[in-house]
Amino acid sequence: MELFANQVLAGIATGAIYACMALAVVMIYQAIDHLNFAQGEMAMFSTFVSWQLMQWGVPYWGAFVLTVAFSFLAGIVIERLLFKPLAKAPILTNVAGFIALYAIINSVAGLIWDFTIKQYPTPFGSSPFLGSQLISTHQAGMIGITLLMLLLLFFFFRFTRVGLAMRAAASLPESARLVGINTSWMIALGWGMASAIGSIAGMMIAPVVFLEPNMMLGVLIYGFAAAVLGGLSSPFGAVMGGFLVGIFENLVGTYIPGVGNELKLPIALALIIVVLVVKPAGLFGRAIVKRV
Amino acid sequence: MSAAEEVEVVTEGQAVEAVPKRAMTLGYGTSLVVLAALVLIPLFVKNFIIFQMTMLLIYGLAVMALNILTGGSGQFSLGQSAFYAVGAYTSAILMEHAGMNYALTLPIAGIVCFGFGFLFGQPALRLSGVYLALATFALATAMPQLLKLGYFEHWTGGVQGLVVTKPDAPFGLPLSQDMWLYYFTLVVTIAIYVASVNLLRSRSGRAFMAIRDNEIAASAMGVDVALYKTLAFGVSAGITGVAGGLGAIAVQFVAPDGYTIQLAISLFLGMVVGGVGWLPGSIVGSAFIIFVPNIAEGISKGLSGAVFGVLLFLVIFLVPHGARQVAIVAQQLAAKLKKN
Repeated sequence: MELFANQVLAGIATGAIYACMALAVVMIYQAIDHLNFAQGEMAMFSTFVSWQLMQWGVPYWGAFVLTVAFSFLAGIVIERLLFKPLAKAPILTNVAGFIALYAIINSVAGLIWDFTIKQYPTPFGSSPFLGSQLISTHQAGMIGITLLMLLLLFFFFRFTRVGLAMRAAASLPESARLVGINTSWMIALGWGMASAIGSIAGMMIAPVVFLEPNMMLGVLIYGFAAAVLGGLSSPFGAVMGGFLVGIFENLVGTYIPGVGNELKLPIALALIIVVLVVKPAGLFGRAIVKRV
Repeated sequence: MSAAEEVEVVTEGQAVEAVPKRAMTLGYGTSLVVLAALVLIPLFVKNFIIFQMTMLLIYGLAVMALNILTGGSGQFSLGQSAFYAVGAYTSAILMEHAGMNYALTLPIAGIVCFGFGFLFGQPALRLSGVYLALATFALATAMPQLLKLGYFEHWTGGVQGLVVTKPDAPFGLPLSQDMWLYYFTLVVTIAIYVASVNLLRSRSGRAFMAIRDNEIAASAMGVDVALYKTLAFGVSAGITGVAGGLGAIAVQFVAPDGYTIQLAISLFLGMVVGGVGWLPGSIVGSAFIIFVPNIAEGISKGLSGAVFGVLLFLVIFLVPHGARQVAIVAQQLAAKLKKN
């Protein structure tokens, strides 16, 4: 039983990484209605920017704020330059665009900062949290930051005019335009916010997985899986999905014999698919009804 | 709050645009020109280029298979590399362990993959859009790991993979191995292409397209949605399996890491560049995924990924509908010239 409890705790710790990323994934899904495959790379690039700022002597929280601002602007710029012209193109063409963006960012980051693995500092320290060896203070801090972002997002979407306008633009663009919402800019704003949240996720994740251009590859896959599991229409679901995937993954690795690190991912994904077959809109998502 | 308010209502169009079935193929004249080019070019080029042209046809087949699934029935798949791997391994194992003739292994690879795809299509029925993408993605990531499992190692050769012998030209024909394999692949490709075109023109093809355009309307018209969706998966997987088998013979080697998610992503890009729902575009898409990475590498070694991304962006900016758009414009120009 103690083993079980410990594994669940460790699962929550890794799950926090996925939850962070899943939140960014859901954010962009809310704004543009599909998954952005380049999201992880955008987050990775932002994390490198913050690292560079710290190398130049900017203190952690200063670099943190600057990076979030930079990522927000960069997200908007990417949308305006690259994806606004593709707004009328078929969805699959847009997906190809995400893959292209992925290749570009990954390769540029590799050229600027090369592929060696770098240490990344944490503001929370890395001593055991409350005497537990399984969760460090950094991971506890990460969970705290994730929940805080979730809360802020909830308030933003629930109680601000812009949040309401964004939700309207995402669910019924034409009607939203009729009541005077600039839906095109709402999409850009969605990109900016997703990019900013992604950068926070990146800076939280980097101390755990270390900083290098491919650091987000696995994390993004789990982030997608978490977001889909929790339901793409619900930020709360995405965070819960993140923790669930983390716990899943740890329990699978502990209790199913012969599962090495390599089979963890396929099995976790297979379990998620089983969940989706039973509940196609995700655990916390709303069912979408099509009008014919 | 009433129940009706709790659900979002979506009235936007479907994910894959409707392509009329006539627009899915080439005219006779153009087909003959392309065919003549494919038959004649190998006579004048080096062996390495013949090998590349063989791969062009093989990936073309795989892209076309995805095109039937996505462009035809509107289902999305990132798992084509898994079917390709199963086909490749089926061929390789039959050739190396059972000593079977390479040509006979292809139909078996096709049938095995058809069954695999059909079965995979069953749970996939309940999923669509991103969810289906994730499910197929899971399949693609799982496949290399499954092939590495110690349990199958006796058959699959584990991480090492299997070496496949390249067939000689039969009946003492004076052809090099590469050239023989090229013409063999060409015949198989043409046969499958013709069969696919006919499939899409048949009752089943119309059922696919009805499902793609509007699933609910299709089922109201009496189309067995579940059957045809799984069938589309099966057919697509089957063709991909044949392509995989051919690929194994051409590369003379199968190994788990040759069939990662990267292959599935390449095939997807090939489909987009070729034009979703336009079967002849598959060969254009295949050319893109084979040659453009090389070109990118040639332009800049360190930034090859970025150059590839920029080239891809250029293509989708200029022709968001892929090669199909080019073909349509060319057709309109030709018609104008005729009038004058």
